[in-house]
Amino acid sequence: MANIFQVSDHDFELEVLNAHLPVLVDFWAPWCGPCKMVAPTVEAMAEEYEGRLKVCKLNVDDNPQTASAYGIMGIPTVAVFKNGEVVQKIVGAVPRETMKRKVEALL
Amino acid sequence: MAEEKVYDVLIIGGGPAGLTAALYAARSRLKAVVLERGMAGGQAATTHKIENYPGFPDGILGPDLGQALEQQATNFGAEFVQTEIEGVDLSGDLKTVKAYEGEYKGRTLILATGADPKKLGVKGEEELRGRGVSYCATCDGAFFKDQEVIVVGGGDAAVEEALFLTRFAKKVSIVHRRDQLRAAPVIQERAKANEKVAFIWDSVVDEIKGEKHVEGVVVKNVKTGETKTVPAAGIFIYVGLVPNTALLKGQVGMDPQGYILAGEDTMTSKPGVFAAGDCRKKPLRQVVTAVSDGAVAAMAATKNLEEE
Repeated sequence: MANIFQVSDHDFELEVLNAHLPVLVDFWAPWCGPCKMVAPTVEAMAEEYEGRLKVCKLNVDDNPQTASAYGIMGIPTVAVFKNGEVVQKIVGAVPRETMKRKVEALL
Repeated sequence: MAEEKVYDVLIIGGGPAGLTAALYAARSRLKAVVLERGMAGGQAATTHKIENYPGFPDGILGPDLGQALEQQATNFGAEFVQTEIEGVDLSGDLKTVKAYEGEYKGRTLILATGADPKKLGVKGEEELRGRGVSYCATCDGAFFKDQEVIVVGGGDAAVEEALFLTRFAKKVSIVHRRDQLRAAPVIQERAKANEKVAFIWDSVVDEIKGEKHVEGVVVKNVKTGETKTVPAAGIFIYVGLVPNTALLKGQVGMDPQGYILAGEDTMTSKPGVFAAGDCRKKPLRQVVTAVSDGAVAAMAATKNLEEE
């Protein structure tokens, strides 16, 4: 099982913005049904692109600062960061193939 | 999944209909599996609180009901798998469902695929999705603290979710195409008594405006033809449902909207294939009618297996 990092307002800069690899961040909350739909897809990305992509999850409920800084107004949102910048935002639960295609294009 | 698994009852959809079918099938000692794309409970799990399901005088939270239904079915031996379905083949004696990780086969198949929220189809809706456009108040409501939002629709879901949104938003305006609501009177009374809720009657949404996020909604009065822009940071859309039956097109009988044609016995045009819950053509789509369909479908499947 590939590693998935739980990140927070506190360590977002270190873990995501300053990371050497591209980073996929799943913005989610425990009460959100569609977030559960996308969770296995995110896990699959971690497996598929191990060593090429860092995969993180951020609970927007506990970490409102980061969510608001990136204009997250709907969850699930999956954002891909490269060198500290957002390069892709995928809103809502999308099929695995769709996410794979969008992520792969950035690696 | 390397080896092929054959089930007595293969169930697509883990909402109230599918999970009840699994419960009844498992209690009949049939090998049953539920394939669910998301969370146990389906649409019911994205509802904050369900107040019209009998037996819960104080209401029950949607996700809690979903989990309880899953637990009850799996307690009796049904399997629950979270997966994505890519295709369905109903042509053989064994019905085949192609899922992301492999194929599932069933001697009978219960379609409990449910329905998704319908889109408005206006400019800005797709572009601003997740930037103020939402179909799930329980998911996204908390992002609109002290802001003004719009809810579109006049049914139970629209008005209930509007009331839920008053926890966060400072004002919730309900835009409805008629001059009265369709929602149950008890919900209407609550909305009308809530000082945060306003109504924009006889109106439809023409366009959703905003650069990076929703800033306003263009609303058109259907009687006068007059349009105005209502400032809003969010718009929650509850204008009905679309059945999740695209993968089944041409394989079972459907009406023009895509609802599966099956009577109260849940039997579809294909022997051994049954339809339960919101994906079936029927007069009332509620948790209580979904669980009823699920039980009927499981018994119909049992009978079908006995006759084989």
